[in-house]
Amino acid sequence: MPKVTYIEFDGTERHVELPAGWSLMQGATLNGVDGIEGECGGSCGCATCHVYVDEAFLDKLEPPSETEEEMLECTAAPREANSRLSCQIKADPRIDGIVVRLPETQT
Amino acid sequence: MDEGAGVVIVGGGQAGYQTAESLRQLGHTGAIALIAAEDFPPYQRPPLSKAYLLGDVDRHRLKFRTEAYYAEHGIDLRLGTEATGIDRAGKRLLLADGSSLAYRHLVLATGARVRLLPVPGAGLMGVHYLRSLADVEAIERRLAEVQHVAVIGAGFIGLEFAAVARKLDKRVTVLEAAPRVMARVVAPELSGFFDETHRAHGVDIRCDTGVVEIAGRDGQVTEVVCADGHCVPAGLVVVGIGVIPETGLADACGLTCADGIVVDGHGRTSDPAIFAAGDCTSYHHPFAGQRIRLESVQNAADQGRTVAAAIAGQPRPYDTVPWFWSDQYDVKLQMVGLSAGCDRVVLRGDRAGGKFSLFHYRAGVLRAVDSVNRPADHIQARKLLAAGLSPTPGQAGDAEFKLKDLVDAASA
Repeated sequence: MPKVTYIEFDGTERHVELPAGWSLMQGATLNGVDGIEGECGGSCGCATCHVYVDEAFLDKLEPPSETEEEMLECTAAPREANSRLSCQIKADPRIDGIVVRLPETQT
Repeated sequence: MDEGAGVVIVGGGQAGYQTAESLRQLGHTGAIALIAAEDFPPYQRPPLSKAYLLGDVDRHRLKFRTEAYYAEHGIDLRLGTEATGIDRAGKRLLLADGSSLAYRHLVLATGARVRLLPVPGAGLMGVHYLRSLADVEAIERRLAEVQHVAVIGAGFIGLEFAAVARKLDKRVTVLEAAPRVMARVVAPELSGFFDETHRAHGVDIRCDTGVVEIAGRDGQVTEVVCADGHCVPAGLVVVGIGVIPETGLADACGLTCADGIVVDGHGRTSDPAIFAAGDCTSYHHPFAGQRIRLESVQNAADQGRTVAAAIAGQPRPYDTVPWFWSDQYDVKLQMVGLSAGCDRVVLRGDRAGGKFSLFHYRAGVLRAVDSVNRPADHIQARKLLAAGLSPTPGQAGDAEFKLKDLVDAASA
């Protein structure tokens, strides 16, 4: 199963194995990673699962959809070039080992 | 009272789960028991009428947390456990197996139960309601065997299910007693849009149509008989005609109830040791300016957080502007505020193209925004309403005007 490392805002690293097809948001909430809300349930409608993706993995992801682009303008913490919504990133062998940093706040 | 008695939460839905989770997040270290009637760990209900039936989500992905989370956080999760009564004087929750649990604080997160269809034949095989995972799994089995589906009630649940059934290529008829779809929850302009959307997807929507009987053969449903005499063939009937707050435990022990368990801004009931959260509560909402009862994920989660904060000794009154969402086909509807009683609607965006928002004003003040496939408008609208900011109707109607600038200017 693809491995994901979440780095919480205080620096705590959390390692989670996710079945392929699960979103990084689901992996975080299900396993109690602090700093991801996902209050819309993963439908790209709330911008509370914002993450900063490690540069090494950024190019391996599908680019954001038009909706995700709009939502990335609504994040509570500043949007950076590597900002993504983790509900839109699906675990997949090609991104095995992906590292994402969590912002200071989601709301 | 027993030494060591802690927080006992009745109800494993969104509000009950959130209360437990937030208590731990706030650093509460006392005992927590979470009493859930269902056998499956606390899970998200919204996907049940949406992605779940399309096979996009398996049941394990519905869980809020893995089972391990509860053990690791000292939350005594008791599944398949029914509460039968409350001994307020002795501060004990009575359980169906005859045992009881001592509490220092009791939280009633008992939710709501479906309103039953009061017509002959409603008990036939193939007539289903949609609230729990067990409900939807039974619907899934039935759905595989039938071609004709009738949906009674054109609210969120009924229409979301209708969209799913159409995606699975079923013949779908929606019967609604009111003159328009989603009449109880949305403004007429939005009802019109969803009516058109469903018709374009091949759903036969019949408003102003009451149901007088469900007919069947050999105990199995075969058709729905309407008040106008028409019969709609159906191998599966899904009924979504609303819910009733689950106040049985509260009523029986004398807590004040009025269309729900009456609570204050901190989720306190008329007994200082007992709190309530979620669909089962009614309360004076500061944004509404009156007593209301909400049935939504946002309300359940935020009231759960509010109750946890009060119990943890960090009280923070509940004042979130209500928001809701619904997914039907590729239409993402997000609503914030309360549009009832508004006197002016301003359109922003492209209605024909299915990407627009409706800004609802009352006496010149913005009260609600409904967004269809414009999620950024929804997020900005939440911030505007929370801050008490009103764009002018001209600004709202100009899709080029950046709502974010108003929000940013106010917080600068």
